[in-house]
Amino acid sequence: MSGWVLKGLKTGIRTTLYPKVEELAPGVSPGRPAGGRAAGNKKPAAEACPVDAIAVRDKQVSVDYDRCILCGRCLPPAGASGLVKPAADYEWAYKIPRDTVAAGGAGVTKTCSHSLHIKVVDGGACNACLSEVSQLTKPYYDMHRLGFFITPTPRDADLLLVVGPVTEHMKLPLKKAFEAMPEPKAVMAVGTCALSGGIFGPGFAAGGGVKEFLPVDIAVPGCPPPPLAIIHGLLMAVGRKDPVPSPTSPGPGSGMEAAK
Amino acid sequence: MQKTTCKSSSMKELPEDLPPGCHGPVTVTAVAGRFSCCMESSAADIPPICNWLTTRQGYRFASIVIEEMEEEWLAHYIFYSDNGQGPVSISTRVNKADKALPSISHLIHAADWHEREMEDLFGLVFEGHPRLGEFVLHEEWPEGTNPMKKDFDATVPYIDQGPSSSCSWHPPSLVSESGAFMMPIGPIFSGFAESAHFLLETVGEDIIRMIPRFFYKYRGVEKTAEGLPADRALLLAERFSGTSAFAHSLAFCHAVEEIWKTRAPRRAVALRVMLAELERFRHHVAAIEGICSSTGLVVAASQAGILEEDILRLSCKFAGHRYLFGLNIPGGLQRDFSDSECLELAGDVKKIFVKLQDMEKRLRFSSSFLDRLEEVGTVTMEDAVDYGLVGPVARASGVAGDLRTCLPYGDYGSFEFSVPVEKEGDGYARLRILFQEAEQSNNIISQAVSSLPGGGIRQPLSPGARPAGAALGWAETPLGATFHWVRLAEDGRVARYRLTTPSFTNWHGFHLSVEGFAFQDFPIILATFGLSNAECDR
Ligand code: SF4
Ligand code: SF4
Repeated sequence: MSGWVLKGLKTGIRTTLYPKVEELAPGVSPGRPAGGRAAGNKKPAAEACPVDAIAVRDKQVSVDYDRCILCGRCLPPAGASGLVKPAADYEWAYKIPRDTVAAGGAGVTKTCSHSLHIKVVDGGACNACLSEVSQLTKPYYDMHRLGFFITPTPRDADLLLVVGPVTEHMKLPLKKAFEAMPEPKAVMAVGTCALSGGIFGPGFAAGGGVKEFLPVDIAVPGCPPPPLAIIHGLLMAVGRKDPVPSPTSPGPGSGMEAAK
Repeated sequence: MQKTTCKSSSMKELPEDLPPGCHGPVTVTAVAGRFSCCMESSAADIPPICNWLTTRQGYRFASIVIEEMEEEWLAHYIFYSDNGQGPVSISTRVNKADKALPSISHLIHAADWHEREMEDLFGLVFEGHPRLGEFVLHEEWPEGTNPMKKDFDATVPYIDQGPSSSCSWHPPSLVSESGAFMMPIGPIFSGFAESAHFLLETVGEDIIRMIPRFFYKYRGVEKTAEGLPADRALLLAERFSGTSAFAHSLAFCHAVEEIWKTRAPRRAVALRVMLAELERFRHHVAAIEGICSSTGLVVAASQAGILEEDILRLSCKFAGHRYLFGLNIPGGLQRDFSDSECLELAGDVKKIFVKLQDMEKRLRFSSSFLDRLEEVGTVTMEDAVDYGLVGPVARASGVAGDLRTCLPYGDYGSFEFSVPVEKEGDGYARLRILFQEAEQSNNIISQAVSSLPGGGIRQPLSPGARPAGAALGWAETPLGATFHWVRLAEDGRVARYRLTTPSFTNWHGFHLSVEGFAFQDFPIILATFGLSNAECDR
């Protein structure tokens, strides 16, 4: 058989040790702009953002990660300094507290902390988000080791993973998939599009993100979020990572820093 | 607009006499926007001219662009060929109230879906087209909703604009033999596949007819782009099909640079070639992964998956983004790379390529794998020409048509590379093309980094010198030819953006490859086509 088995064995283990050990390999995350205390005039950075994701208030720079499309236009050129600085992390997921989530769905934290079945729905994503989700089952990330599985049918699913702004045509299939899931169930929105409509919406054909249609529990910002950010979100969904509140609310500044 | 009559023109492409069936007059308008020849004719003369171009002059159909002007509809029919002359456009004007154009799809089948799309989005009628009606907009949209028209408000979610249609959708069934049944697949799939719907009609094991239903992912990109400044519309060009982001943003930049009469500096041009090939390399490795896993060859799929992530990490380490977003900008690139960084990149690509070669060798001897691909999902050369197929799919059926050589852009002309072509047109031929193209990409990257010109990477654009105009930009994306037709207004904002993508072109012909093959082959054939719905639906 062309020695596939031997080839497989010879390749050895490539899988990341995250979350036990922080993954430091170069290129696992594109990083993102981090807010913080502004020294001097931050006007230019705010103006550079094509999607108005940067706000400056009382010398505090904040980045709205629900809108940021990782275009990099606000980042200072290499070597120079600016106050929107690149942060090379990837633990980007945050939890939307239950009371702000509309009724429907009771959360999966306790029931599914060891094993989670995930149904993926494409709500009109550009394919980069889907590509990152598909990396999760490939050797480098192999999420099966964490008890996470992709399931073909919503009837077996604990978590609905949605990418894309939710187009007019996907509203109904998405709603049906959610309704077909047994309780308890959770929804995870992956990618800037799924959080706010991203670069496409809200408009006449693309929606303004999943939360317009379904109660979202976990949000994973990024355009696209790297695989590790999605794993971070899954771990948070089952309570194996501490829930982090939305990084832009209530106050300005990076929520990641606040949480640490 | 300056007009000369056909006969006094010095254009070589135009004959002394009008093409057969034409009543005239056909005028040659001032050539602009990277075209080699722009003609204008009456609507009635469009079919004979288009037919003459494709059957007598060796041109291939590229796209139809409709523009809504104050008092009339302006339609451009765009063709290209490998004669080294650049694309050709024929325009016609029809009265706003008329709304009717003659169909050309009975002569040029590749135009079929273009006409259906225009009918749906503009409310135009293509007289003589056998199957107009629901296409882009599904049953939720009431009859007569035409979002591409200027008076349609694109900023409000559609649902707020009026009551939804009460029609429900019934799958069209064509096979009427006894025992015939229909198997629907999608729009939500079992794994990570993109949203689309396929209706497979059968009486037993073989698929007799396949009717696809697309545009589940229709985000109205062309409409959303209208009114945006060019550098904002660029973000749409880059993100509507994220796995071919660099190639699409490149085609968009080509169009804008042509309108603004600016040119990216030589260094940026060379770096663009390098990055575009890096994207193709990654894309093809991912496609190979898809084919391996569709046949259940797990170890090979894992091996390819490792290489894919290696390239993603490499792209991110090098360019700051795993999918090469945020690099192109009209006038050049947003950031420079040092020569040593580029050399290192080429070295790393080479290392990955060696592993890919090893994989290819093994696959060639995995008979159970080859059995699933050989003589499965065959598309004949004749069909590929008829449907105007592009990219690796067309090349596996003997049709080259690579824009890097047909309509050379950037400095592809100065590199040595070949465009692989296979004859069989089956799944295995498509797989071989992917491997060979990955090899060519690796070659081009090594050549590009060894002769990088110096200088800047971005041509500064003076805000005053941004003329209005329209132009065609193109690029060979990993999946094939893309055409971005852009009109910019005086204020630098997009007035019309028309996207013709390889997935749109190739999905049209996809049914050819599955009809007559067994059910269980369907996912494999799907993987060997490797098309993107995001790219098709826009
Ligand atoms: S990287 Fe994000 S915050 Fe910065 S300019 Fe782009 S979208 Fe705005
Ligand atoms: S968030 Fe970005 S990468 Fe994800 S689907 Fe949207 S545009 Fe594509």
